Parts: sequence; structure tokens; C-alpha cells
Amino acid sequence: MTGIRVTPAGIIGILMVAALPLVVRLFFEASEKYYLHLLIQILLWSFIYTGWSLMGRFGLTSLGHGAFTGIGAYATVMLWNFAGWTPWLGIPVGVVLAAVVGLLVGYPCFRFRITGHYFALLTLALTEFVRLCIVGMRDYTGGSLGTQPKRYADGVSLYALQFEPDRMLSYYIAFALWLVGLYVWLRVDRSMDRYALDAASQDEDAAASVGIDVTREKLKITALSAALCALGGGVFAQYQMYIGPDTIAGLGLSLNIVFAVIAGGLWTLLGPTIGAVFTQMLAETLRVAIQGSAELKGLLGNSALALDQAIYGLLLVLFIIYMPKGILGTGTDWWRRLREKKAAS
Amino acid sequence: MVDLVLGLFSRLDCSPDIYFLEAIINGLLLAGLLALLALGLNLIFGVIDVVWICYAEVVMVGMYGINFAYKGGAPFLLAAVFGILVTALAGVLLHFLVIRPVLETPPINQLLVTGGVLFLMQAAATMAFGVEFKNVGIRLGSANVAEMSFSYARILAFLVALGGMLALWQFLKRTYVGTAIRAISQDRQIMPLMGVDSRRLYLVTSAIGGGLAGLAATLMVLQYDIYPQIGLQFGPLIFMICVLGGLGNMVGGFIAAFIISQFIAVGSSCFHTEWGYAVAFLFFMVAIFIRPQGLFGGKS
Amino acid sequence: MLELSGIDAGYGAFQALFGISMRVDAGEAVAVIGSNGAGKTTLMRVISGLLAPRAGRMTMEGTDLIATPAHKIIETGIAHVPEGRRLFPRLTVEDNLRMGAFIPAARVMYSERLDYVYTLFPRLKERRKQLAGTMSGGEQQMCAIARTLMSGPKLVLLDEPSMGLAPVIVSQVFDLVKRIRSEGYTVLIVEQNVSQVLKVVDRAYLLEVGRMKTSGPAAQLAASDEIRKAYMGL
Repeated sequence: MTGIRVTPAGIIGILMVAALPLVVRLFFEASEKYYLHLLIQILLWSFIYTGWSLMGRFGLTSLGHGAFTGIGAYATVMLWNFAGWTPWLGIPVGVVLAAVVGLLVGYPCFRFRITGHYFALLTLALTEFVRLCIVGMRDYTGGSLGTQPKRYADGVSLYALQFEPDRMLSYYIAFALWLVGLYVWLRVDRSMDRYALDAASQDEDAAASVGIDVTREKLKITALSAALCALGGGVFAQYQMYIGPDTIAGLGLSLNIVFAVIAGGLWTLLGPTIGAVFTQMLAETLRVAIQGSAELKGLLGNSALALDQAIYGLLLVLFIIYMPKGILGTGTDWWRRLREKKAAS
Repeated sequence: MVDLVLGLFSRLDCSPDIYFLEAIINGLLLAGLLALLALGLNLIFGVIDVVWICYAEVVMVGMYGINFAYKGGAPFLLAAVFGILVTALAGVLLHFLVIRPVLETPPINQLLVTGGVLFLMQAAATMAFGVEFKNVGIRLGSANVAEMSFSYARILAFLVALGGMLALWQFLKRTYVGTAIRAISQDRQIMPLMGVDSRRLYLVTSAIGGGLAGLAATLMVLQYDIYPQIGLQFGPLIFMICVLGGLGNMVGGFIAAFIISQFIAVGSSCFHTEWGYAVAFLFFMVAIFIRPQGLFGGKS
Repeated sequence: MLELSGIDAGYGAFQALFGISMRVDAGEAVAVIGSNGAGKTTLMRVISGLLAPRAGRMTMEGTDLIATPAHKIIETGIAHVPEGRRLFPRLTVEDNLRMGAFIPAARVMYSERLDYVYTLFPRLKERRKQLAGTMSGGEQQMCAIARTLMSGPKLVLLDEPSMGLAPVIVSQVFDLVKRIRSEGYTVLIVEQNVSQVLKVVDRAYLLEVGRMKTSGPAAQLAASDEIRKAYMGL
């Protein structure tokens, strides 16, 4: 396994992201909390999206990762609220649970070569099953209305892993998590497993014939991907201090994940992160624009909230049809073609 | 922790009494409707090799359409025909605008693009009709047999669904277009040699698939309220039924619908309503664990 | 009837056919012979519109075939029996025949043609409700040919009809070819089995690595040393 060398550009990039909150404090002190909140969301979702992309880039397109984030979030919160377990224990439980579920679902699929449509629909069924369980256990989970982790003291606590009021702290936690996600991505990218999975995604028989245990490789990456998303879900729950079956689980969330990664770029390290930037900024811009616009409110009333969902859906459709390689992919293609034209002239 | 699990089971309320029988029969009646929905989805997949993730939303559009026409003064049957035409058109537009461009791309793109349409349709319905629950307001009453009560709407839905499926089966068996629809999933490449324009066949199939959704909508407005998110309630269920029966296999979907309905009906009667669905899904996961290609699926 | 001139065709960067010119006149039986990879199936696919040629002209009784979309070619009177028979395996024999009559002009004649085909091939009538995929190779070939006849074609294209069949069945298949010939259909066959096919056709073209090498009356080619050595193993 080759080591990971961080390029000078990479180091600068990391430092810049690390310095962002300070920049925010400097220039936007008044709305510091708001901007930091946006950035934290971006980082947390980047982490989750990167986790999904570990499977997605090898052709294992799951529409069910909402199940894993949901398991992570709900396990953490329920263990804290009802069993008094600190999230330092609760999150690992969620992570292990998600990984196990991922393995359970993945095993028959991979053994019997279930791919493409079938696999996606199976994962969709999984996410729905988890959502049903969440809503069914309403006495514990609050059903469709969601629930909150019990606040510990003033809301900032190492023991309870709560940090939401302190946005700076929250930022650096999210930042650390984001870096962990990137690191895992790079490790996978440089590992032998990556080549095995690439080969398998192209031609399973050929891969198997050279001695690759396709099922085992796929299971490994599934467990890893599920674990990361569960971790993301758990931390997200601790930050957001609220979880709901549709905000941290469910089909909508699963589709969001896939859309964001496709938009940002499925095969690159920072693709999922760009996807997070894109989707979060989009959602926020729409929210501000719609809430702020008196005319739109007058026109649509309560349903103004649906407008951003409509635009979201429309963008997803247009992206898939016209920019299936995502922003990054289409951008680099376009850039390359431009340079070729210049070289030819 | 243990209390959690025990708490779940304390809700058990199962004994083989008349209510159990009622649940079983209700399950059968429900199966008709679910089978019809699964049929439309399987038809589309079998012919075009595409899954409409937004299939339930097409049904939702049909329900709104029927409601609109009926509240506008049209008699119910006319409103129903209107609804079916609307959904058939929706199916054609969906294929032409959204699916055609991505037909040659990996299957995930087709799933995502119809996923986008799902969001779009739900949002559009919210903006057009609001979030409040609507209802056509037709009450058909119930039949009382022994101590069991069965809603006429449900019985009607079962009969009409069966009738619709029989009609489709005859269409597929006896007409040229129907035979071509059955043929194309077996050998796509030689269709032009027989003078079949595959693109046109896909559009026809999309219209039929949409129309079937519309027929299901007709049956559903008599039983359920209409709201934009309703698709999320039964959409995943239909996918599950189709996958269980073997995706694309119309007979398989039919049988799977009956199996799943029984789980739902009996599960709901023994446990809390949601748990009926959860048990059905659990069965599904176990069945797929044993046979991932579906009970009657051929692909491996 | 069918005329090709200067046809170039290929797949991506690979060119399979170079300047192919040939003709089939009404009432004839013509063969295109050549070994594997010579381009025979590509030629068939070009004629039936499944592959667009890059250059050249192609007409059927004056109608420009290149301008005709693939699914309309059958309406010009050309019916293609594909390589490997390609029946719809899970449809019955009768359903397969029905598919042959899909075009509007054929639908009106359906019952007549069905009777005709059943008279010609009684074995198919026996198996009319049987799933096509469960029949033997020879029967499938019979059904495939019958399917094309359902469209009332003027020209029948046969793509390697003997491929994958046992020798005993192969001679049955060529008997079928003689049958349809005697019924008056014009036939264009593409074949690897040179010795057998030259017995049933009037003329033949020799295709080698994408080019027409020679052509002439079947008897003449069958007698030529070159052909006998290279293609008939003599």
C-alpha cells in the first residue's frame, strides 16, 4: 500500500479551510453563527457524501444510505436519552450496527451478483424499512415528528459530546471529521482493494478469474461506507440537536446524497465536497430567496417551501441528462476540450 | 434495552378469531390494488428496462386529476377517464422528455432522473394544490358478513383491478402491439426486422403504464385521502413487491402482491399498523437474502 | 431487384466492408460466401438497416434503402432471417409468426398467410402452441423462415442458416431453402458452408476480408480450384 503524500497545494487548502472560521469572525462578526452554521453543514454533509462515494465510485450505487445515517443518528440519541449512554459509546454502537446491516444486505446481493436496478431498489427497500422502524417505535423515537437528544448542562459537554452552542468548536469537530473522510477516501484510493473493485466493477468474471474475491472486497467497502455514514449521522445528530425520520433518514435523504455526489463528481476526492457546497448553498439560497420574497410568498403561500424542492428535482433531472459527470467532471472535460482546440489551432 | 424489545411484543394481539379472518380477506382485497400497481411498474421495466422511481407520484397526479374533475362537476366515471388520460399522458411525457435522453446510460442515471421527477412532482402538487388533505368524498359504505365488515370501495377496487389486469393480459396476448410488447424484452435488436419501431413501442408502453397508474388512482381516491406526499406511503411498497416477484415479471409481481398484502393485513391486525408494513418489509429482506433475484426472477 | 454499389461499412474505427457492389434480380437465388470475419453478417446488417453504411448506394426496386429507417426496410419487401435464428424464445410458435406479420400490409393477410405457412411447414402447425425456445435447431430455423414469409416478402435474406446445426439438420435446412425458392421467393443467402449452398443457388459472390473477390454462376464457382481448395477443403 502506498503512503499518502500531501501536496503543497493540499496543505494550503487544508490550512485555508482551517482558517475559515477566523475569516468569518473577522468579516462577518454579526452573523457569525449563521455563516459558521452553513460551513458546518457543508463539512458534515461532505463527510457523509464522501462515505457514500466509496461505494458509488465502484458502481455500487445505493439508494439506501439514508438507512445508515439514520441508524447512526437514532442509535446515538436513543441510547443517550433512554439508557444514559454517552455518545462516545452510542456512536460506535450505531456505526457497528450500520456496518452489520450493510453486510447483511450486501452479502446476498454480492454473492448472487445483484447489481444495477435490483441493487438500487433493494437498498431503497432497506431505507424504507429503517424509516418504518423509526416511525413505528414512536414511543422512543418520537415517530414522524422526530426527537432531540437531551441537553446536558449548558449544551457544551465533552461527556455528552454536545457542542452546538459553541459554533467554533462545532466547526473544528466537523472539520476534523471531514479530514477523516478525505483520509479514508485516499487510503482506499491508494489501496489494492481499489484496483480489485475497479476491476470487479468492469467485469466480475475476469476479476474473479485473477483471484480477486469480489464478494469480500465489496463487503469490505460496504461496511466501511455504511460505518462512515453512520458516524456522520451520529455527529450530525449531536450538532443539529434534532433528528427526524425524514431529515436524517429516508428515501429523500438517500436521493439527496446521490444527487450531491453526482453533481460534485463521483470519482474525485473533492467531488463529494463540491457536491455538498453546491447543494447546501443551493438550498440556502433558495430558502433565503423564497422566504425573503414577498411576491412569491403571496403567490404560493404555504407552498412556497415546495418551490426549492421543485427546483431541486428539476436540477437533478437536468444534471443527469446534460451533466452526468457532475460539475467537476463536465468542467474538466470542457477545459480539456478548450485546451485541445487551442493546441490544434 | 430489553424493555424496548419486550415493549414491541406486548402489542401482540393475535388469535385466530373472526377479526383474523377479516384481516385475511381484507388483505386479499388490498392485494388486487397492489397487484395492479405492481403490474404497471413491471410492464415498464420489462419492456423499456427502466424503473420509474416516481411511479407512485404518477398515481398521485391521477388522484389529483380525478378530484379536480369530479369537484368541477363531472360525474365520477368521466372524472376517472380524465384521470386515466392525464396519467397516460404523464407517462408519455416522462418517457419522451426525461427517460429517452438517458436510455443508453447506466441504470443508475435512469433511477436518479426519475428520482428527480419524484421531487418535482411532489413539489409541483404542493404548489398547485396545497398540503391539506383532499378527498373526493364518495362514501360507498360497507358490506357486513357474519361479524366482518368490508368496505365496498375496497371490494370494488379489487374487482376493477382484476378486470383491468385481465384486460391487459388479453391485450398482450391477442393484439399485434401487445405481442410486440411481450417480444421486445426477449430480443430487442431484431425488432426492426419485423417492422417494429422500438421508440414508438416504448411510448405506447409508457402510455399504458401511465394509464394503469391512472386506473389505480381511480380506485384509490375512493379509499384514501389525497395529499402530495402520498407517493412515499406506497411507492417503496410497490418497488418491494416488484423486486420480490422478480423485477419485470408480471406474474411474479401479481403473486408477490398477494403475499405482501397478507403480511400487511395480518401484521396490522396483530401489531400496530406501521408494524404490519415493517413485518412485510422484514419478510421481503429475508426472502431476498435467500433468493435475491426475486421469487420468480431470472436474472443473476 | 436489390442493388448495392460501392458500399463501405464498419464499426467505429474498424472498417469491415470496402466498396461492395452486387445485385440480386427477381426470381434468383444468390449466395455470398466467405469465411469467418469476411464481413458477411455485416453485409446483411447493412442491407436490413441495422448498420448504416459510410459510403455507397443501395436500392431495392428503385427505393433508396439507405434513406429508409431500419424498421421500414421490411416494407420495401426485404425480410431478414437473422444469424442464429433469433426467435422470441418465450413466445409460442404462433406468436412468433404473428410478429412476422406486424406490418400493416401483412396484418390484413394474416390468416391466409398463416394457413399457407402451415401448409408449407406442417411441423410448425403441430407445434403452434409450443414455446419457440424449446424447439430443436432445425425446427427453429423452419420457424424463423416461416416468420419472414408472414410479411409477404419479395426478397428473403438468410444469414448463415446452417450455423450451429448438426450436419443432418443442415441438409434439411437447405431443402427448406429449395422449397421457398420453388415457391417463387427471391433469395439472398450468406453462408460459410460453401459446398452445400452452391448446390441451391444460381449465382454466388465471394467475399474476402471485406471485399468482393469474384462472382459468377454457382456451378462455375463450385468447379473452380481456388474455391475448392480454400473453402471446400479439397
